Amino acid sequence: MGWIATWQRIKQNPMNLNRWQTFKHNKRGYWSLWLFSGLFLLSLFAEFIANDKPLVVRYNDSYYLPVLYDYNELEFGGELDIPADYRDEYIQEIILEQGDIWWPLIPFSYDTFNYDLTVPAPSAPDSNNLLGTDDQSRDVLARLIYGFRISVLFAITLTIFSSIIGVAVGATQGYFGGRIDLYGQRFIEIWSGLPMLFLLIILASLVQPDFWWLLGIMLLFSWMALVDVVRAEFLRGRHLEYVIAAKALGQSHRAIMFKHILPNAMVATMTFMPFIFTGALTTLTSLDFLGFGLEVGSPSLGELIKQGKNNLQAPWLGITAFVSMATILVLLVFIGEAARDAFDPRKGA
Amino acid sequence: MSKTKSISAAEPKQLVLEVNDLSISFGQQQVVEQVSFAIEKGKTFALVGESGSGKSVTALSILQLLPFPAAHYPAGSIKLMDKEVIGKNHTVMQALRGNSASMIFQEPMTSLNPLHTIEKQISEILFLHQGLNKKAAQCRCLELLELVAIPEPKKRLGSYPHELSGGQRQRVMIAMALANEPDLLIADEPTTALDVTVQLQILELLKSLQAKLGMAILMITHDLNIVKHLADDVGVMQQGKIVEAGSVERIFSEPQHAYTKILLDAEPQRDMPTLIRTKPLLQLNDFKVWFPLKKGLWQRTYDHVKAVDGVSLQLHQGETLGIVGESGSGKSTLVRGLLRLIESEGDIYFNGTNLQGLNLTAMRDYRQSLQIVFQDPFGSLSPRMSVRQIIAEGLEVQGQHSDAEIEIAIQQALIDVALPAESLDRYPHQFSGGQRQRIAIARALVLKPKILILDEPTSALDRTVQKQILDLLCQLQQQHQLSYIFITHDLSVVRAVSHRILVLKGGKVVEEGETEAVFSQPQQAYTQALLSAAMCFN
Repeated sequence: MGWIATWQRIKQNPMNLNRWQTFKHNKRGYWSLWLFSGLFLLSLFAEFIANDKPLVVRYNDSYYLPVLYDYNELEFGGELDIPADYRDEYIQEIILEQGDIWWPLIPFSYDTFNYDLTVPAPSAPDSNNLLGTDDQSRDVLARLIYGFRISVLFAITLTIFSSIIGVAVGATQGYFGGRIDLYGQRFIEIWSGLPMLFLLIILASLVQPDFWWLLGIMLLFSWMALVDVVRAEFLRGRHLEYVIAAKALGQSHRAIMFKHILPNAMVATMTFMPFIFTGALTTLTSLDFLGFGLEVGSPSLGELIKQGKNNLQAPWLGITAFVSMATILVLLVFIGEAARDAFDPRKGA
Repeated sequence: MSKTKSISAAEPKQLVLEVNDLSISFGQQQVVEQVSFAIEKGKTFALVGESGSGKSVTALSILQLLPFPAAHYPAGSIKLMDKEVIGKNHTVMQALRGNSASMIFQEPMTSLNPLHTIEKQISEILFLHQGLNKKAAQCRCLELLELVAIPEPKKRLGSYPHELSGGQRQRVMIAMALANEPDLLIADEPTTALDVTVQLQILELLKSLQAKLGMAILMITHDLNIVKHLADDVGVMQQGKIVEAGSVERIFSEPQHAYTKILLDAEPQRDMPTLIRTKPLLQLNDFKVWFPLKKGLWQRTYDHVKAVDGVSLQLHQGETLGIVGESGSGKSTLVRGLLRLIESEGDIYFNGTNLQGLNLTAMRDYRQSLQIVFQDPFGSLSPRMSVRQIIAEGLEVQGQHSDAEIEIAIQQALIDVALPAESLDRYPHQFSGGQRQRIAIARALVLKPKILILDEPTSALDRTVQKQILDLLCQLQQQHQLSYIFITHDLSVVRAVSHRILVLKGGKVVEEGETEAVFSQPQQAYTQALLSAAMCFN
């Protein structure tokens, strides 16, 4: 069966329809979902919203897309054989002589240094930098948009991977039970005793942690969140009569786990997911705040908080970081609550 | 008879409960319509009907236990000892509940709190309604336990519910209900969850208690045998109405209403073609399922629970083998073992091949020949799969059929079990219990099995539906030359459908033989006890 057919089946199941209705009924969660998805979708196109390169350049009646392609200065009649720096007034002048420049909404990228500041950085919000600049004279709003994107992407990837691993481990333990379950549980107890933060700090001194390094290290520990609930569902599920009936039909272990028991465990999984997501988001932020997170210069919410702490005389930094973090987390918690209620068998129906 | 005596006696007959024109609605939907009946002191009235006929709802409204305001009463009155109960507030009702009227429920497993001792649970009622002190309450508890004839009542005071058997738990429930000597005892299917022999004991107990204490009993049941045994008057309910009411003798001898006739007629009848036995299709030799008991740090096995202990049996083509036994006798474990769903020892010869020791893949080839239908039609179908997916699953596992072939096979299976074709894309919760059981049979049948194992296939169903399913099974047997292993605790069912029976007790075969021979001349004491308990009803 193809993916589309599977999706159709899931959608048509009256139980799922019912859940969706319950979810929609929770107005707060429903609107939070839309708002969050909207923001995330926008941030995916951050390059078109905040960039130090123009969206479109018309020069000598031909059109250029600097956002997507790099052009040499020579193409615009410049003198040096280097990539065009569109923020340079000289380049702007020679282009405007022969054509037009269309800038994105925010003419700064997350790593653009604003050299035109009249006051020392960090500068307060003005018409040029809507949320001011940080202590390296970079635009805060641009950094916020990119930071939001990378945080959410990180959290989504981590949630997906840890769910897959967690469900697989929990399912195996619960379904087969006995010795596998016993050893698995003991391993998890020991493993969860390892101090994750120390491991990260040690690792940060060995390698320069980037997105994937961080993801891998955090994955080492975050997969355990789901194991217990999924395992419990499978322990219960393997004695259900329809599961025994499927065994009597000659169905293989894998098919029984996937087709018959996993749907039961999905309820617990789906309920947990938004909270794993929030957890991942805050962990990344706090690592960045402590300086063990993403590489120096990359946009991140944690780094913004750190700047706010180091520059108390520039309250726009701290306030921006606080408001944006609070909004994201509140939205996620609302979505999570609505999802939890929708999957609650005692509600709805 | 005692009835004539009470009428001729000087004392005026005292009505304990009087229900007049009672209607009950849930929201817009009316579930009970204009029900009227009355019970005198010392008499038993039975409400009989199938599930969903509104009998439990009627009983619950006497104690005002229905969720308010979802359930409401558009019309009618309920008078308990001449006092109206409808519309009474919480405080008044709490004084009545457990005092002038009390209730016993069907499930003795779940209606006792597992965390409290028997003494604590009984005393609670005494504290609430009689204000006894601890010492007096303990005395009264002991008295009550003696009244319901629990062996060694002193020891039992400190026991927890899980230490008692099902029958003993039901006795404790009765003791609790009787603690305040109620005028009316409402018994909602009090014996349905119990074994036959225990059932009989409990009913005898109720009868003797009624003679001693003179209370009125309202009996809710679907089992006509119990009614015949215990009740003075009967009301037959169908779709929220009492379609016929009268004395037990009259209802059973000359039923007027068509529905009553159907109910009485729903007793399974024996109608079986003769059987020519050749070579056995299935043979078990010294079959054992032992569960190890482990203890200590290294989980050393120190003993076994012998769930099935050395059973041998034979099954021929087209034959039905009934396996009878009380709960815990190892019936279900036996068939799960022979299907190799749990570990077992001993030979399982199917068509000459020993299935014991085959690995998973090799076993898969034989799975289609050995199929099973479970007791609970609500638990045995995955709620997330449509009927089509449920029936098709077995064929897809084999992986030798094209989609078109599967579709044809599904359609045929649906016709075989007499379900409409449009059922295919619906989900199990949209079907009634009987229909679900048909789906479960279709799932097994589509694989063209040689042997169908029926694990209490009709126990969860109403009498009339039960008869339909049994008829269907008999017809399928003749059509496809199927062999059945029929597990049940219901002796009337097993007598009607099986050629031979096997009586199990504690994992061992107590008696085995041709059905009629065993029923007419049981050789073993246990079989005799089992049969006499069942015979008392019939």
